[in-house]
Amino acid sequence: MNRKKITRGNTIRRSTRKWFPLFLGPVVCAFIIGFVWPFVQGIYLSFCQFKLIADAKPIGFGNYVRAFKDAAFTHAFWYTALFTVVSLVLINVLAFTVAYVLTQNIKGSNIFRTVFFMPNLIGGIVLGHIWSMIFDGILSKFSTSIVMDSKYGFWGLIILMCWQQIGYMMIIYIAGLQAVPEDMLEAARIDGASKSQTLFKVTIPNVMPSITICMFLTLTNGFKLFDQNLALTNGQPIIMQEGGTAIKTTEMLALNIFTTYNNSSPNAHGTAQAKAVIFFILVAGLGLAQLAYTRKKEVQQ
Amino acid sequence: MSKKLFALVLSFSMVMTMLLAGCSSQGDKASEPPADNSQSGTEASQPVENNNTEAKGRVYWLNFKPESDEVLNNVAKMYTDKTGVPVKIVTAASGTYSQTLNAEMGKSEAPTIFVIGNKSGARDWSDYALDLAGTPIANELTGDEYNIYDDNGKLVSIGYCYECYGIIVNADLVAQAGHKVEDIKNFETLKTVVEDIHARAAELGFDAFTSCDMDGSSSWRFTGHMANLEYYYEQEGEMWKNCPPTLTGKYMDNFKNLYDLCINNSLTAPTELSVGGHDAAEEFKTGKAAFTVQGSWEYASYKEALDNITMIPYYCGVSGEEKAGLNCGTENCWAINSKVSEDDQKATMDFMVWCVTDPEASRILVDSFGAMPYKSAVECTNGFLLDADEYRNNGCYVMNWATNFQPNVEEYRAALVSALNAYNADQSDANWASVRTAFVDGWAAQYAAVNG
Repeated sequence: MNRKKITRGNTIRRSTRKWFPLFLGPVVCAFIIGFVWPFVQGIYLSFCQFKLIADAKPIGFGNYVRAFKDAAFTHAFWYTALFTVVSLVLINVLAFTVAYVLTQNIKGSNIFRTVFFMPNLIGGIVLGHIWSMIFDGILSKFSTSIVMDSKYGFWGLIILMCWQQIGYMMIIYIAGLQAVPEDMLEAARIDGASKSQTLFKVTIPNVMPSITICMFLTLTNGFKLFDQNLALTNGQPIIMQEGGTAIKTTEMLALNIFTTYNNSSPNAHGTAQAKAVIFFILVAGLGLAQLAYTRKKEVQQ
Repeated sequence: MSKKLFALVLSFSMVMTMLLAGCSSQGDKASEPPADNSQSGTEASQPVENNNTEAKGRVYWLNFKPESDEVLNNVAKMYTDKTGVPVKIVTAASGTYSQTLNAEMGKSEAPTIFVIGNKSGARDWSDYALDLAGTPIANELTGDEYNIYDDNGKLVSIGYCYECYGIIVNADLVAQAGHKVEDIKNFETLKTVVEDIHARAAELGFDAFTSCDMDGSSSWRFTGHMANLEYYYEQEGEMWKNCPPTLTGKYMDNFKNLYDLCINNSLTAPTELSVGGHDAAEEFKTGKAAFTVQGSWEYASYKEALDNITMIPYYCGVSGEEKAGLNCGTENCWAINSKVSEDDQKATMDFMVWCVTDPEASRILVDSFGAMPYKSAVECTNGFLLDADEYRNNGCYVMNWATNFQPNVEEYRAALVSALNAYNADQSDANWASVRTAFVDGWAAQYAAVNG
């Protein structure tokens, strides 16, 4: 009896070994074509001078040197970092609050959930234009506009992103909150824990996986933000530095890469490509670091 | 063993078929206009009758003016019906031409005609442009003034139409205010009329200038067009052949004269210009303002609404400007893609020659574009271009489009818009100084960025 089972298992294993290319092949091919190859080519192109991809000439590290020397790129990096930190904190705190409130069995919470989630369904460019109209409508009363002051541009973008993303993160938090075991909460209640004690000592440690994923999403979303940035301010206002170099004060990294690519310089495409590689390393590095950090805080049930 | 091999081959071939199928369907898509609204275009259908079997090659015109999309498609269809050569017109959405060109040129069915409209374009795309010197289409030209050469003197593109810009005047409104357009001979006289109209705007029911919005749909009228007066005079009669590395800004005060006059005597207060959203064309057409800064391409639509319109030069207080004419030039220059097959190049050349020689086609194109600098093209009917000719015939100097030399155009203009926004909000000397920085130093910086 026992022996038979083992042989059968072996047969399955052997045929798995034999037939796996048939099942794995398509996915591997798609992955290579859709991801690995463009990625490798992208890295290769960042070392090239090119107008069209077909006639790229390798030139070494020149593109990276140009990218790091570009004051606008450095500015865009710090601006993006600041934006990401502020939006990460605001979005997560607000989304968690909304989710917490909407899981307290209040009337009509399903309607609220739907309403809060809806902004997420609108595309970034459209949203950017709508909000620029809203902001300009208000600011024009004070004879100014969103493109006049980088402060307006910054907070405008924060408001826009909060409006768009809170609903989405809220859904994830609601799922997390609903998964907190009822008996744990009951035990806390019986032990006489206050509401805030329950929240911070029981609920939050239990929704840590949701917090991890939401932080990861807001962090990478913040860094990769493009459409909304383009539509809302497109980098305006611009300050001129000594010697005429222009710094777009509200330009984020992705937009900077985009405008670099469309510059008219023989090195524009290569430099933009190099910036894109740096950008990838940055986003991947930060994302992984954040994941590793918040993972540590997660509790096993 | 053989079974294993068979399985491998089978799975491999399965994957390959899938991939090939994927590729071919993508290939089909490439020849269609993308579904999103960044581009619009249609492919002229193959003719049912009169199919010329000798027709070889294809024509693909990547057009950069959204307003001519419909006309070009009609002309393309006419040509296809006549000769059987497929002509495809794809139009890049406003302001996205360079992106579209970058994307389209990389495809296997790349554009055969594209536009190299200025020196920076010539620098970028010279390697992809056929040398047009001595070709049939070049032999049809009336002159050389609208042609673009690269740094090595290769003829990379030739003008297919030319345009002019300046200050468009609604003569009836000026007369209604008790002035005469003929009396406007220089900046002083222009200023008198404009300021008088603006002061009496409430009483007259119309203002002097239309809104001077600084948003993307309108800012180019100032950062592209009006800026030209500074560049033009800075040339001191020696027309630039190449982009100068630096500017002196000698005529910035003259630019300021006219710019101030526009923004301070218009329908919209200067402090509100950064928001934009005013329709200057509509304001002019409905008689809300007597002056607007625009170009000859608007003639047809303005003429429909107004009887008595004319174009006058940018008077800005330069001595001797009584002899100034309009700003004439073009960014509409055909280049033939040198990387497509010879059949395609030949087909494209034939199509171009047909466009400028066929009476019917050139009639349609001239009516839409204004005027075409070709021997056999029909006469122009555009009132503003006729104004330009009149100035020229009266011995006035033509102001060439030196603005076409702006290095790294979009970035340069964006910085200028930002500085002008700050100046419009508060017309202080400090703010004008930053306009000057963006205008003069910005030029040098962008020149260095492009050539560095």
